Formats: sequence, C-alpha cells, structure tokens
Amino acid sequence: MANIIDDETIEYVGILAKLELSAEEKEAAKKDMGRMLDYIDKLNELDTTGVEPMSHVFPVTNVFREDVVTNGDGSSDTLANAPQMKEQAFKVPKTIG
Amino acid sequence: MSILELTAVSLGKKIQAGEVTAVQATKAALAQIREREPLLNCYVTVDEEGALARAAEVQKRIESGELTGPLAGVPVAIKDNMCTEGLLTTCSSKILYNFKPTYTAEAVLNLEKAGAIILGKTNMDEFAMGSTTETSAFGVTRNPWNPDHVPGGSSGGSCAAVSANECFYALGSDTGGSIRQPSSFCGVTGIKPTYGTVSRYGLIAYGSSLDQIGPIAKDVTDCATVLEAIASHDHKDSTSIAREDLDFTSALVDDVRGMRIGIPRDYFSEGLNPEVKDAILAAAKVLADKGAVVEEFDLSLVEYAIPAYYVIASAEASSNLSRFDGVKYGYRTAEYEGLHNMYKKSRSEGFGEEVKRRIMLGSFVLSSGYYDAYYLKALRTKALIKKAFDQAFVRFDVILGPASPFTAPKIGDSLGDPLQMYLGDIYTISVNLAGLPGMTVPCGRDSQGLPIGLQLIGDCFKEKNVIRAGYAFECSRTYEAPELAKADGGCESAGQRGIAGSAEWKKEVQ
Amino acid sequence: MSRQYETVIGLEVHVELASKTKIFCGCSTAFGGAPNTHTCPVCTGMPGSLPVLNRQVVEYALAVGLATNCGINQYCKFDRKNYFYPDNPQNYQISQLYLPICHDGWVEIETAAGTKKVRIHEIHMEEDAGKLIHDEWEDVSLVDYNRSGVPLIEIVSEPDMRSADEVIAYLEKLRLIIQYLGASDCKLQEGSMRADVNLSVREVGTEAFGTRTEMKNLNSFKAIARAIEGERERQIELLEEGKKVIQETRRWDDNKESSHAMRSKEDAQDYRYFPDPDLVPVWIDDEWIERVKAKQPEMCTEKMARYQSEYALPEYDAQILTGSKHLADLFEETVAICGQPKEVSNWLMTDAMRLLKERGQEVESLNFSPENLAKLINLIHNNTINRTVARGVFEAVFTDDVDPEQYVEEKGLKVVNDEDALKKKIEEIIAANPQSVADYKAGKQKAMGFIVGQTMRAMKGKADPAVVNALVKEILEA
Repeated sequence: MANIIDDETIEYVGILAKLELSAEEKEAAKKDMGRMLDYIDKLNELDTTGVEPMSHVFPVTNVFREDVVTNGDGSSDTLANAPQMKEQAFKVPKTIG
Repeated sequence: MSILELTAVSLGKKIQAGEVTAVQATKAALAQIREREPLLNCYVTVDEEGALARAAEVQKRIESGELTGPLAGVPVAIKDNMCTEGLLTTCSSKILYNFKPTYTAEAVLNLEKAGAIILGKTNMDEFAMGSTTETSAFGVTRNPWNPDHVPGGSSGGSCAAVSANECFYALGSDTGGSIRQPSSFCGVTGIKPTYGTVSRYGLIAYGSSLDQIGPIAKDVTDCATVLEAIASHDHKDSTSIAREDLDFTSALVDDVRGMRIGIPRDYFSEGLNPEVKDAILAAAKVLADKGAVVEEFDLSLVEYAIPAYYVIASAEASSNLSRFDGVKYGYRTAEYEGLHNMYKKSRSEGFGEEVKRRIMLGSFVLSSGYYDAYYLKALRTKALIKKAFDQAFVRFDVILGPASPFTAPKIGDSLGDPLQMYLGDIYTISVNLAGLPGMTVPCGRDSQGLPIGLQLIGDCFKEKNVIRAGYAFECSRTYEAPELAKADGGCESAGQRGIAGSAEWKKEVQ
Repeated sequence: MSRQYETVIGLEVHVELASKTKIFCGCSTAFGGAPNTHTCPVCTGMPGSLPVLNRQVVEYALAVGLATNCGINQYCKFDRKNYFYPDNPQNYQISQLYLPICHDGWVEIETAAGTKKVRIHEIHMEEDAGKLIHDEWEDVSLVDYNRSGVPLIEIVSEPDMRSADEVIAYLEKLRLIIQYLGASDCKLQEGSMRADVNLSVREVGTEAFGTRTEMKNLNSFKAIARAIEGERERQIELLEEGKKVIQETRRWDDNKESSHAMRSKEDAQDYRYFPDPDLVPVWIDDEWIERVKAKQPEMCTEKMARYQSEYALPEYDAQILTGSKHLADLFEETVAICGQPKEVSNWLMTDAMRLLKERGQEVESLNFSPENLAKLINLIHNNTINRTVARGVFEAVFTDDVDPEQYVEEKGLKVVNDEDALKKKIEEIIAANPQSVADYKAGKQKAMGFIVGQTMRAMKGKADPAVVNALVKEILEA
C-alpha cells in the first residue's frame, strides 16, 4: 500500500467527522482508507493541467429568491422531531462560552 | 389476469374507465405486500391506513372528473430517502429511525397532484451508499428473482417492490447508478434523468451534485409517464433547470431508423460477465435490425470515473451528513458526557459501517493539505469525463452498454470487499458525473435465471432519444416477471425463508 | 521595559444586512421573537431542504464593496465551512472562501497623524448562526435558530491599524458608510455589527509580523479598546519573558477585562471548505454594477458639503450632523417641516448630545420624531414658549417623544403676555425687596437682575424675559 494511514490520522479524521471508532474499527478504517486512496491515486495518471475544476455540470448562474417574507411561525414544525427540548428550544449539553 | 400484473399506465386507464377502482388496486398491492414482505423486505414502512384512506379520496376525485391523468389512483412506492410529511423517513438508517418530516419532497408532491397513492417507503442502502441494499439498518432486501441474491442498490427496495408487484411503480434516486443497477438486477425499467430535471427538494442528500430522482417501473411507457409527472422547475432547488421539453411520452415511438447508437469498446473489456456481454450485443443487434446505425467507438477515461466519483460523492456526503448529530432530529445516544461526546456517540451508534467509511474518506480528502490533490483533481477529472461524453454525442444519439458488469450477486458476497463492490459501478457512475440521462431496460437473463439490464445513455436533456431507443427495443420482447410477482404465492417456500429483519429491528429501536 | 513595541491590528467585521428575509429562505430577519419562531426547514438544516440565495443580499454586499473602493469578483461562489457546533444547524456554514464577492478595497480614516488608508482584503457573504442560551437550572444549553441564516457580510481588513484609536476610527467609518447605504443598522449592542480583532506585536523597526491572536466577543467600542490594550500587554509580557505567542482564538471577557484561549482538542480548525453543490455561482455583470452605483445614496462627504452650501451651516455643524446617518436623517426631516436649519442643528448638537452623554447612549438610540422637534422649534419661533421652558419640553420630547403642543398645553407652560398681571407681580416683588430697589437707585445695575430673576421664578419661567426686563426697568424708574 502506497498510502499508509496512521493512528494519528484516523484519530484526526474522527475529530473532524465526529465519529468515535473502536480499536477494531480503527484498524479496519486504516486499511480501507489506505486502499481507497491507493485506488484514487490512479487519477494522478491523468494530466489535468489547465483543466478547470467542474463543480456544476451546467453553467447556470444567478438563481435568486426575492426578498419577501413567505414563512410564518415555524417553531412547532422545527421542534417536532427534537430529541430533547425545553422552552421552545433544542436542548443540548452545555457549550463552553 | 391479476390487477397486479398491470403496468401503471394500463391500470390508470382501467381506473379512468371505471373497470377497477383505486381502492381495489391499493388493496391488491397491500395484499401482495403482506404476502411477500416477510421474505423480500422491500419496505421500511408500509402505510396501509394512509394508503386506503387516500385511495378512497382519490377515487372520488376521479369519479367527479377532477383527476383525469394517467397515474390517478395508481399506487406507488417511494424510496425512503424522500421526505413525506408525517410518514417515517429513515434513509434506512438508525440515525433517522424516528424521523417524521414536516414536509413532502417536491417530486412526491408532484405525484400526489397527479393522484398517486403512496403505499409506503422502500428499503435502500443506508443513505443510498451501497450497491446491494445490504447496508440498510432495517435488514437486507431480497431479489424477487432469487431471494438468495441481492436486488442491487441503492434503490433495491423500490426495484424489488416493482419486480414483485408490491407496487405498480416506484421512485428511486440515482447518485452513481442507484436506479439503473438495481433495475438491471431486478429485471425492471428505470430512468435517471438529466441532472436538474427532477427537483431535489426533500430528497435527503448523499452527493448533492450527483443525486437525481427517477422512476422505476415495469416498462418504458410507465417510466416516461412518471418522469413527465415528477419533472418540474422548482424554485426551492437552485440546481433545478427550467426545461420546456418535458413531454417525454411523445418519444414512445417504435422507430429507431437512422438513430446513431454508439457502443463504447471500453465497456466490453475484461471484468464483464460473458453472458451479460452477449445479451447486450444481442440487444444492440435488435436495434440495428430496426434501422439504427450502431457503431463501436472509444469513449476513453472510463476507468477514472470511479475514483473521481468516490472522492466527490464522499466529500459531499461527509458534509451533507454532518447535520445528523442528535440535536434537531433523529437518534441521540442515551448516555454522554458533554457536547462532543454526544455528537460522537450519537453518530457512531447511528451510522452504519459503509456510511462511516465514506464520511471518513470524504472528511479526509477535504482536510487541510489534501483538498487540491484529491478534491480538485477529481473535479478536473469530472470536467474531462464530461468533455469525452460531449465529443461522443457529436457522433451519436445514444450510447448503449451494460448497466452492470455482472448479474445480482449472492447476499453476503459483496460487502467483504468494498473496493471490489465499488468497481461494479463502472458503467453507471460516469453518467452521474456528466449529469446525463440514463435508462436501464431488461434485455434477458443469465444461466441462473437472473435478469440482465441494457443501459442507454443520452446527451444532457435528450431523455427522448433514450426513451425512443428503449421503447423500440422493448417492443421486440415481452415483460418477464419472477414467480414471486404472482398474487397466488408462486414460491411455496417463501413463508419459511422469511427472516427479513425490519420488523424486529424497528421494535428494538423504538 | 527597554524595547519599544508596535501593535499590528487587522479586523474581521461581521455586519448583519438589512434584508427583510434570511439569506437562503423566506423567514423573517426581525430581531427578537420567541425561540425558533422565525425558522423553516432550510434555516434549521432539516434533511432534504435546500438553500436559494436572496438577491437583496448580493445587492447590499455589492453596494458596500463599491462604497469601500473594492474590486468586484463578477463571478463569485459560495463554499461550505464545515465545523460542528449546535448553533450551526447543518454543521456547516455557507460562506465564501475561494471567490468572495469583493476584494482589495480601502477606506480612509482620520488619525492624530493625519489621514490614513486602511486596506480591505475582502468582503464575503455568509449566513449567521443561531443563539445559544445557557440554562442555569439544568446546566445545559438551549438552541434558538431565529438568527440562523440571517445574512452577514464579513469585511476583512489588512493588518493596517496600529492602535485602538485607529481601530475605532476604522469601525466608525465602516459603520457610517454602511448606514448611509442602508445596508445595515450596525448596532453593536444588538450584534448587528461585530468585530473580531487580529493582533500581533513586533519590535519597532522590524519588518516581519509577530504571531497573531484572534480576539472574539467584543460587544462595544469600549470593549474593543480594552481588549486591544489587554492583548497588547499580554503579548509583550510573553515576549519579554522570552516566551512565544501562540496563534489561537481568544475570548474577551469584558467584566474581568481579560481573555482566555478558546482552543479545545475537539476543535481541529480545519474547515474543509468546498464549493456548495446546492448553490449555483453568482454572475454580476457590468450593468448590475452600474445599477448599484447609480442607486448609491449621497455619502457623508457630499452631504457635508451640501449642508454648508444649502443650509448655510458652519463646517463644524455639518461634520457632526453627517457623522451619523441617523442624525443626518433626523436633521433633514426636521428642517423639511420647520425650516430654520441652524436652529434645528443647535438643538441636535447641544441639547440632544448633552442628554445622550448624560444617559450613556449612542446617537443611534435617538428615537424622537422629526415632527415633534419641528413643533417645538415652531413654538419658540412664534413665542408661545420661551427658551428656558423649551429646554424642559425638549427633554420630554427626547425621552418620550411627546407632542410639544399638547405637552405645553397640559402643563400650562405658555408664555404669559398679560402685562397687567406681570406688572402686578413685579410690584409685589419690589414691595417685598426694598433693599434691592435702594441698591438699584444707588446705581447698582445688578439689583435689577435680581428683581427680574425673582419675577421669572414667580411666573414659573413662563414669562418672556425681554418683556419682564422692560417692565421692571419701567417700574423702577417710574
């Protein structure tokens, strides 16, 4: 494998993605990611010099809304699926100021 | 002939003619669901009560002359990644096990306007990540042609439900082949339209730049009719395109004379199952015999589509799926210490293995120091792939090839080696990268009796070419249904096999 | 401390735009409201929801860019900034990194050493986050998404400022420009204008910048000034002790007048920006730019010149009045009703300013109507009340926006012009103060002032002092 994913990288990606892996899952993830990246490295065979990265396939621009209020009180829908709520707000563990 | 064997459009005609009612059709579909679900597990949620109430209401509106469209009163199944107001929408994930949206996806709303009756929500690979419907948190869906095999994915539940007559047609979504590949495995017809043709509003995103909703049905006529109903320019979706040529059914003409059809040599290299290859080439011959000009050519870049796709789709997914965090909806872990621990535990317990794998990969390729090397490189590759198709469509009206290199694998054979599974998407993925329309039409079966699908690809906004070619091909053969599609219980062992996990699973989490 | 240090400051200023709706959905941006009432699937990150850009947000951002001499990226895009925090419902913020709408501008500020240019690196559009409220009872946080999706522009300066005074001057200048454009009300207390301070120190004479820190949570000009002083001292102290400044984000606590690092191991500060696939790029053609330029309202300097020529105001008055869009509007609207520009200016510049200062308020909180100030001025003009009374009436207008005509009527504050009644009152007072009369007759002019004062007091200020003066003189010399 050309791409060796170390413990530190998996730990770091876990922080970014907010995923906590067991020791066993970590080992599997290291292997999987290394293999995938080896495979993705195939793209390096292609000369893409001067090619613009394409995010959208169609050159559409300027899709706008007009500045008109269309929504009323959405609180009951917004909170309908809340795992925990209090006083019309979502309840979460204390955030550090 | 049982009602169940009717296509959606022929059922719609009978309903309009007063020969069948929407309620009868709904009851027939629900009875078939009850009969087959213990084995096949096509659905995550069946809304029996809602469907019957809706059928009665729709029937009245048909009788009053208010609803006259071809799909009025016809029962449909919706893939479980499209929001349906008040009806459980899970993406086949534990993280959304209890999520009841407060609004309905635009495509589904369009169907409702056309008088559709929603039977329920179909099983899928978790968040549409997978090619077998085995990554669902609610158990695997089985292939109606052979329950030991997968139905393909990620719209496996929708395709299997159509194939087993557990609905008259279904909606699926296609990010890298998720309509076309399972349609091929289940012997049904499915269209992935040009990107932007069907609104994505209410479709729970996997890879936003690639996702499209499309129809899955028994034939091309149904698919064209359903696509006509769901396509719209939606101001709630910035990527929705204003098109005027949405009269897809006008292309249902059995005439391909002079149509230029290209067969990419690159699609017929090693890795393609010889039986699949023979069936595809035989289909090409049918079209040639009908007067199409069929030619081989080199498409190029085929092998770069999969790595580019997995970078782009995983990157987008890692961001799209970050909203599932236990704060606003869905699953929150029972015990946690502080905010970040709550996030991590909820997400790690709520997401399945494949989803986590792609989120990790996507987070990595976007992370500091890798963005240019991976993400931008993939977007540049995408530009080259689009260019290769643009060049091909100067010469051809339609590109013809297989939808998958093989027929449906056995349950359990694919997940052990994710990379190998990804390689199976080789013929479908580039179509999403280039935003093109693509369709799968059944074109035969292999020696095990498993269906083979023909893929037809058109230039952007040229669904009609694809529909015309598909329709002409379809006219040369008759629709084949599996034994399990029969209403009288064609497979006696069906009941004994039933292990479908969803019912038990749902009890456990709720 | 033997070495001399220079402070190098750059600012990231967030301004909430004045659009009626949020940046990507049709929810109201109105301030306040019960929690989560101004929300919908889009601004709460519901699965399947999609953003659609508010055209007005682009207009405002463009207007601010043009007014701050920026270049415009005619092709601009939105990117996702990925980080987990509960005030951010999608766990990514839609912002602009790769192609922000405006770049490379500048504004001029006045400093002790003369005029100075502060360069603007870029201005980008983005969405605001929701609000987190700490619940003391349960020791949890509560999330309200009413502010989530409110449009912001972030104005990023170059590290061109060297002192708190320059920072304040820069912020005041930005605020003035943006208020003039009507793009935001820029209220620091309500958070519609917020500044993060990037600060480093270096020894005088060195070229290279020191390591900088970013200071957040600065809610007033005073807090900004204190935070700059505090951070400068902290960094110098570190360097003097031979330690290093760590590049980090710090949170200012204005009560403690100190800051603390916001770093935690769960914050990787790696935002994984990438173009948002749900939004299409914005193309601003030349015509659009010209249209916004043409709509650009009269700015501060032009207004100042006009006040001097059109209203014949002294330069000093013109400068103060145009120093706040709100004050200038109030001035012009009042003059439109009652004329007398100098009189209007005097009331605003002396009494209004004095009351603001006494009450520790900002000019932006002046909230009486021009109609009532005009009425007050007219009451003076036609001698219905005298100036002494008028000051009291003004205070009532200032505080409660009362109708001066009604107020004067109700409180009985009209000038008493009945000469007989006045004469009677003066005679009473003269009778009661024989010593003063004697003094006056002995040549002490001051004694007459005493009689006039006593009369005015007896009349509760409602008499016309000129009339009283004349009558007192007449009676004393009779």
